[in-house]
Amino acid sequence: MSYLEVRNITKRFDRQTVLANVSADIEKGELVCVLGPSGCGKTTLLRIVAGLETADGGSVYINGRDCTSLSPGKRNFGIVFQSYALFPNMTVAGNILFGLRHKGKLGREEMRARVDEVLRMVDLSEHRNKYPRQLSGGQQQRAALARAIAPAPSYLLLDEPLSALDAKVRVRLRGEIRAIQRALGITTIMVTHDQEEALTMADKIIVMNNATVEQAGTPREVYDRPATPFVANFIGAMNFYPANEVVCAIRPERIEISNAPGSCNVAADIKGFEFKGAMTRIYGILPGQTEICVDISSDRADEIGLCERARLYLRIPEEHLIKYPPPAARVM
Amino acid sequence: MRPAQLALLLALLAGFTLIQIGPLFSLFSKAFLDADGSFAGLQNYADYFGSPSLSVSVRNTVDISFVTTLCSVLLGFAYAYALTRTNMRGKAFFRYTALIPIFLPTVVHALGLVYMFGKQGILTGLGVETELYGRFGIILSEIIYTFPQAFLMFVVALEVADGRLYEAADSMGVSAAGKFFGITLPDIRYTVVNVFFVCFTLAFTDFGAPKVLGGGYNVLATDIYKQIAGQFNMNMGAVVGTLLLLPAVLSFIAGRAVSSRNASTVNAKATRLVIRECAWRDAVFFVFCALVSACFLFLIAVLFMGALTEYYPYNMALTLRHFSFNASTGGIGSYFNSLWMSLLTAVFGTAFAFVYAYMMEKTDGFAALRRYGKLLAALPLALPGMVVGVSFIFFFNARSNPLHFIYGTVVILVLSNILHYFAVPFITATGSLKKLDREFESVSDSMRVSRLRLFLRVSAPLSLTAVLEIFMYYFVNSMVTVSAVVFLYGAKFKVASIAITHMEEAGDISQAAAMSLLILFINVAVRGAYALAAKCTERKIL
Repeated sequence: MSYLEVRNITKRFDRQTVLANVSADIEKGELVCVLGPSGCGKTTLLRIVAGLETADGGSVYINGRDCTSLSPGKRNFGIVFQSYALFPNMTVAGNILFGLRHKGKLGREEMRARVDEVLRMVDLSEHRNKYPRQLSGGQQQRAALARAIAPAPSYLLLDEPLSALDAKVRVRLRGEIRAIQRALGITTIMVTHDQEEALTMADKIIVMNNATVEQAGTPREVYDRPATPFVANFIGAMNFYPANEVVCAIRPERIEISNAPGSCNVAADIKGFEFKGAMTRIYGILPGQTEICVDISSDRADEIGLCERARLYLRIPEEHLIKYPPPAARVM
Repeated sequence: MRPAQLALLLALLAGFTLIQIGPLFSLFSKAFLDADGSFAGLQNYADYFGSPSLSVSVRNTVDISFVTTLCSVLLGFAYAYALTRTNMRGKAFFRYTALIPIFLPTVVHALGLVYMFGKQGILTGLGVETELYGRFGIILSEIIYTFPQAFLMFVVALEVADGRLYEAADSMGVSAAGKFFGITLPDIRYTVVNVFFVCFTLAFTDFGAPKVLGGGYNVLATDIYKQIAGQFNMNMGAVVGTLLLLPAVLSFIAGRAVSSRNASTVNAKATRLVIRECAWRDAVFFVFCALVSACFLFLIAVLFMGALTEYYPYNMALTLRHFSFNASTGGIGSYFNSLWMSLLTAVFGTAFAFVYAYMMEKTDGFAALRRYGKLLAALPLALPGMVVGVSFIFFFNARSNPLHFIYGTVVILVLSNILHYFAVPFITATGSLKKLDREFESVSDSMRVSRLRLFLRVSAPLSLTAVLEIFMYYFVNSMVTVSAVVFLYGAKFKVASIAITHMEEAGDISQAAAMSLLILFINVAVRGAYALAAKCTERKIL
């Protein structure tokens, strides 16, 4: 049995179904990313696991215990919101202490030691007496994380924790959060709409769309073997084209390319191309007007000497080809 | 929702229902009963409109309210426009002088006019001939009363503007008039409607000005007083009470209808409006504001003159003797009574309004109960003071009411003030609470911090400015209110605003002026203390 189990959760707001029969398993010590477009129900799922929202049906098991109707205070979790929700009238240390006071049993010295410890962990020791407004976005984020982990919760919930930050800070904090999570070995659920964040941080990704789970698996699994066209398209880029009553899908970077026919035996006309730094993306048209895009290294692009409307030859490796039944593709 | 929260919510709703719905129910039942208590249907209304002397007051009241509203809307808009959309000098000064009338009871506005335009008035002495007593005087007095309200609402609306719209218009070569009629006016159209209704309702239901300046010119507010306090005709009084409710109820319904569509075009991406340099525009508005301010300062000046001279206009020697008040009209005791009543109103009203708003805004579950609560909170907007006063008599003075004992005490005055002025504090508190992060409750739940502790340590401290503002609002309004308390004060507990009307009636107008100044002083002091405290807390929190 998994450490945290979500079984057949259903949730409706007015007439809209936000979660339809959603199940998920989370192992102890794992960092699981719930990934999906906005409005797919991922945040509601997180709030139900927290007990901040009640499900209309289904159950939540924590450590084998049915916690479905348990109030948030009795579930022993820490939570970090996109807005951080730091109390602006308290210092960083004050914010952390505010939650610790109610742990009970901790003495004054122990509480102070615990505050020092978590502040060291998130590298905010010298900012302990500052108010949230005096901190940068990244520092506020870390302060919120420190506040969440200070009471030694048994699991951690992160609701789009990095969305409000600049791109650079976001990338750095990914690593920091992951390191702290590993060091503590704390079971963590993180909600995000950023596929790159999910791929780099997660042990397991749960991809959601339209109130249901599309796929759950390791980052490699969901990238290399996306279970549905939605997953294929949502994570990374994907080419779809019909062939022999199925829909074939191939990642742009898997396609090989050449100037002359040979092992590359599919002819394509170049419609345009984009220089993206290390990579260059080529937009081409296959016979039968199917559009296709190919990613190659920019060095390789120079070798070939791209120009618009020129003819190229592609090889689509069979081993990387993914096939979907056609009706599923129509949902796309 | 936890049991403790639910219990608190139910207690708040029950209390509020008792002091609001109970009295209103009594009012309406009286209006449809005859003197013996049997059902009369619309007979009372037929009698009322059948008597020409009474029904003429309906026409009079509509007339003065309409003219007042027209003037106040125009003046208030121009004044607010000057403060928000021009670069004229002295904005801070003009902003404060515009608020002067708020710190005085309406009877004092009328009293000031008596000093200016009355038989011995300064301006009369200079040859200005007016028919002060009657329509003209009442309208003038009501403009003084409603102007600050119109001005304040327009300032709030005009302060926010999306500079991008004006820049886009400039890039298309739109004229100044085009921008005014194409951007500025459409942006504040709901405010214009609101201001119109607010001013109309205030003028429609005001008691102070017609009491002093009415002469033979009858309006509804003086009618209801005569019916109830003079002739003890409770049923006819109730009829007039329901008529007084009409404009406010209409505006309430209209307000609800437009509020759903009142999504501001100004969003977070809006850029600040940069006001263009334009010397002649600034000069014109400066002269206008200076004139309006001068009128208000003149109002204060004549009060000082009346209060500090021996026997105006015959003996202009300075004296302080008018500050020793005759006991027969209330004495200095009435002033202390007012202070005590206002303090109690401010303390309990603030606590009630803020906790009430918190329960509406920051709890979940029991949606139906909270919807009812929000409706209860919005209703006082439609309750004129006269109606609060009259319906309180009907409800609390009934022998069968177990709360009968509060009649004639400070308790009933405090309750009526809390109810009468509830709408604005509630909106202030709600607005302030809405600004707090929605996730504070979730975070504290996850940390097992009780909601009470969160309220005391986080929500309330962060809303300190709003709390202070509510306190100030309740205090100042309780100091100047006449309409609700005129029916409710007891013989042993007269308040200052009522004492002023009695002094004026008894001919002691110098004492009335002196008492007005005492009210002005304390209100300006409280307002000043609030401004200072607000500045300190803002600096601490933001």
